[in-house]
Amino acid sequence: MDVLIEYSDLIYEGLQITLALLLIGLVFGFISAIGVALARLSKFRIIAYPAFLFTSVIRGTPLLVQIYIYYYGLGTLFSQAPGIRTSFLWPYLRDGFWYVAFALIISTAAYLGEVIRGGLLAVPKGEVEAARAFGMTETKALLRVRLPRALYQLAPTLAGETVLLLKSTALASTIAVVDLLGAANQIRSITFEIYKPLLLVAIIYIIATYIIELVFAQLEKRIPVKR
Amino acid sequence: MNQAIQLLGFENGGWGNALWQGTLVTLEISIGAFFVGMLLGLLTALAKLHGNPFIQSIAKGYTTVCRAVPELLLILLFFYGGSSLINAVFDYLGYGYVEVAGLPVAIAVLGLVQGAYASEIFRGSILAVHSGQAEAGAAYGMSPRKIFFRVTLPIMAPYALAGLSNLWVNLIKDSALISVIGTNELLYVAKQAGGSTREYLLFFVAVAVIYYLITLISSYMLRKLEIYLRRWQPPH
Repeated sequence: MDVLIEYSDLIYEGLQITLALLLIGLVFGFISAIGVALARLSKFRIIAYPAFLFTSVIRGTPLLVQIYIYYYGLGTLFSQAPGIRTSFLWPYLRDGFWYVAFALIISTAAYLGEVIRGGLLAVPKGEVEAARAFGMTETKALLRVRLPRALYQLAPTLAGETVLLLKSTALASTIAVVDLLGAANQIRSITFEIYKPLLLVAIIYIIATYIIELVFAQLEKRIPVKR
Repeated sequence: MNQAIQLLGFENGGWGNALWQGTLVTLEISIGAFFVGMLLGLLTALAKLHGNPFIQSIAKGYTTVCRAVPELLLILLFFYGGSSLINAVFDYLGYGYVEVAGLPVAIAVLGLVQGAYASEIFRGSILAVHSGQAEAGAAYGMSPRKIFFRVTLPIMAPYALAGLSNLWVNLIKDSALISVIGTNELLYVAKQAGGSTREYLLFFVAVAVIYYLITLISSYMLRKLEIYLRRWQPPH
C-alpha cells in the first residue's frame, strides 16, 4: 500500500487525463454522432453513402490500429511538414493526448451515430407529421420533435456507450500518454510491483463505471414519460 | 507507389509474408479465444441461472469486473498475474523460470475477457425460450436430451447467434490489444515493419484494411447463418 501512497500524485494526474479524454470524446463525439446519423439518413446518396462507409470502416477496424495510424502515421507526416516545429500547433501535434482524443471522437461519432440513427428511425411517423402540420419547418421539427424523441429512447444505451468509451480511453497508455493505466504502467516499471498498481487502477475504473451508471440513471428519471 | 507495393509484397524484402503470418496468428487467437469465451460464457450463464447464491455471486462478480475494466488492463493483469502464478507453481515443483508468452496465453487471456460478455448473451437467449415449449416437448414424451436438441437449442440459436456474431467481431478487434504483450499477431508485425522501414502510415493502413476485410467477410457469413437459423420463425 505504501508504494501506492508514494505515487498517489501520479495516479491522480492519470485519473484527470482519463476523465479529460472521456469528456472530450463524449461531448464532441456526441455532437459529431448526430451529424453522422443525419448524414446516414439523408436522401442524397452522395451524402448517405460516405457516412455509411465511415461508420462501417471505423466500426470494422480496431481502435488501437486507428490510434496508431493517427499518432505514428499522420504524426510522422506532420513532423516532416516545413516550419511546423515553430508553429503554434506544434505542442498539440507532438502530444499523444490529442491523437487519442481525436481517435475517441471519431470512434464515438461512428458507434453513437449508428445508435442515434436507430433512434431517429424509431420516432413514430405521426409525431413528425403532426409537427409539420403545425407549420414547423423541417429543421424545427428535427430539433423539437425527432431528436429529443430519439435521444429519450436511447438514454439506456447511452450509459453503456459511455462505459465503453471510458474503457477505450485506456488505449492512450499505448502511445505514452500517462492516463490511469499509463500511471499504473509507470509505477510498475519503477517499483517492479505488478499487481498493486494494476489492481488499484482496475478498482478506480470499476468505481467510475458505477458512477457513470448512477448519473445516467438520474438523467433517465428526468425524461418525461406518459403514465 | 512502387515502393509501397514492394514493401507490402512477398519478395525482395517485402513484408507480405510476415503480414500473412500475422493474419493467421490473429485468426488463431480470435478463434481460440472465441471457443474459450463460449465455454466460459455458457458455464457462467448456467451458474447465474441455476447456481446457488455463492456461485451466482462469483459469476456476477466476474461479469461486472470484466465489463467495467478496460480490456487492455485485464490483458496486462491476466498476463503478468498468470505468468507469475505459473512460475510460482514451477518454482515450487523445482523447475526453473519459464517464459510465459505466445499463443496459449493470448487465447486464454482474451477468452477470459470475452467469456463475461458471452455469459450475458447465453443468459438472455436461454431466458428467451418459453418454459411452455420445453414442457410441450416433455408432454410428447421426449427425453431431456432430445428436448434440448430439438426444442431449446433451435429456439435459442438465432437469439444467441446475433450476440455471438457481435462478440466475434469484437474479438477480432480486441485481438489487436494482444500486440502489447508481444505475441506476433497482425498489429505487432505492422509495428515491427513500421519501425524498421519508417513507413508507419503504410503498414498501419495496410493492417487496418486486413482487419476490415476480416470483419466484413465474417459479418456477411454470420448474417447468412443467422437467416438460416431463423428459418423456423414466422416472417413478420
